[in-house]
Amino acid sequence: MITVFPETDRKYIYADRKDEPSLKMNTRGLRSQLKDSVPVTGLCPQAGPYGVQDSLRRGFSSVKNELLPSHPLELSEKNFQLNQDKMNFNTLRNIQGLHAPLKLQMEYRAAKQIQRLPFLPSSNLALDTLRGSDDTIGFEDILNDPIQSEMMGDPHIMTEYKLGIL
Amino acid sequence: MALSCVLEPALSGFNFENSTRNIVLENGSEEGKIKAPKPMKTGTTIAGVVYKDGVVLGADTRATSDEVVADKMCAKIHYIAPNIYCCGAGTAADTEKTTEILSSNLTIFSMNSGRNPRVVMAVNILQDMLFRYRGMIGAHLILGGVDCTGSHLYTVGPYGSMDKVPYLAMGSGNLPAMGILEDRFKANMDLEEAKSLVSDAIHAGIMSDLGSGNNIDLCVITKEGVDYIRPHKESPFNYKRQAKYKYKPGTTPVLTKTVTQVELELLDETVQMMETAGSS
Repeated sequence: MITVFPETDRKYIYADRKDEPSLKMNTRGLRSQLKDSVPVTGLCPQAGPYGVQDSLRRGFSSVKNELLPSHPLELSEKNFQLNQDKMNFNTLRNIQGLHAPLKLQMEYRAAKQIQRLPFLPSSNLALDTLRGSDDTIGFEDILNDPIQSEMMGDPHIMTEYKLGIL
Repeated sequence: MALSCVLEPALSGFNFENSTRNIVLENGSEEGKIKAPKPMKTGTTIAGVVYKDGVVLGADTRATSDEVVADKMCAKIHYIAPNIYCCGAGTAADTEKTTEILSSNLTIFSMNSGRNPRVVMAVNILQDMLFRYRGMIGAHLILGGVDCTGSHLYTVGPYGSMDKVPYLAMGSGNLPAMGILEDRFKANMDLEEAKSLVSDAIHAGIMSDLGSGNNIDLCVITKEGVDYIRPHKESPFNYKRQAKYKYKPGTTPVLTKTVTQVELELLDETVQMMETAGSS
């Protein structure tokens, strides 16, 4: 039996299943409970396609490897959008007062929920229009386009992870 | 292929999956040290000068990959906008892609607003982009252009530094080129003077630097338009093949010849009726 945790800002490392109370699932507004935090480590960090350590491709596994990024830009690129938004909202708050970022963030949260299922690529059109990134081109539009990705996540596991059931 | 370990969709943009592996390979055991292949650099001389009516940009045309000339007619002056051109030094792929992205962004902007972009806008976009990647994108660029506020020449470094100057040289051959420019630059020169100054500066770079060579390209940008002169001066050491090196059939003598028959077995036979419209 699993509990669905409400949205918090915790780092999701491992789901602890030692004591599992009865199933309590808030089905109303399930979509609003979709996670929007960036997890630091996934469930099987060194796993290859067969679920075991992929020593050939990832090297020997060590705790340090999984916690710290090996490339200086890796963390900053992963959190780039979040950090940009934080910076912009801060500046906006200092200039125009608290109401301005509050209103904008409300719109962002609403637009972020317009998504397809977790394993399908969503166009994020409303979010892009709000952010103003619908008329700019950067490396994230050219390299590693998720629409052209050759790998697909297992639909069941990805949906369960998104809903926090996993 | 559906992977059971993927929990979130892959982020678009740069992929850092192989960086752990690369570090392990490079720091490997004493015999097993493997060096990463070096990217193609444009060890280069590029120069730019602001003159009376606009901007003159110049570049050599050699691209090197370690000690080998990879491309003898490399185009280093990239198009950004109808009134802005950019010379790129550093890693060839990085300059190419960065200027293409910049050009696309400026095109979208001009379509949205109906105006020709200003040079300072291109510089700001470049600065943001290059600083974001903390110098990992090795692009040393000289941007020159003419817009509604006048003629401008800017340089943008790989870490996002920017400088606005009336004359400039970049690349591995920038020291000899800068010498020529410092010596003979005057404000408000006319076209022929400016062209010969830039051409001589690039020539000095070609003569004194191993990474620059071959021909000289020039690009003259004025309010009326752009004159892309490629090549402005061809290298006198252009190597033309003296003879044809194709071998005539029958050059190699045949020693033995064996013929074996391949046994093919008919496995499956299908007959498909074709629809032919009979016309009489």
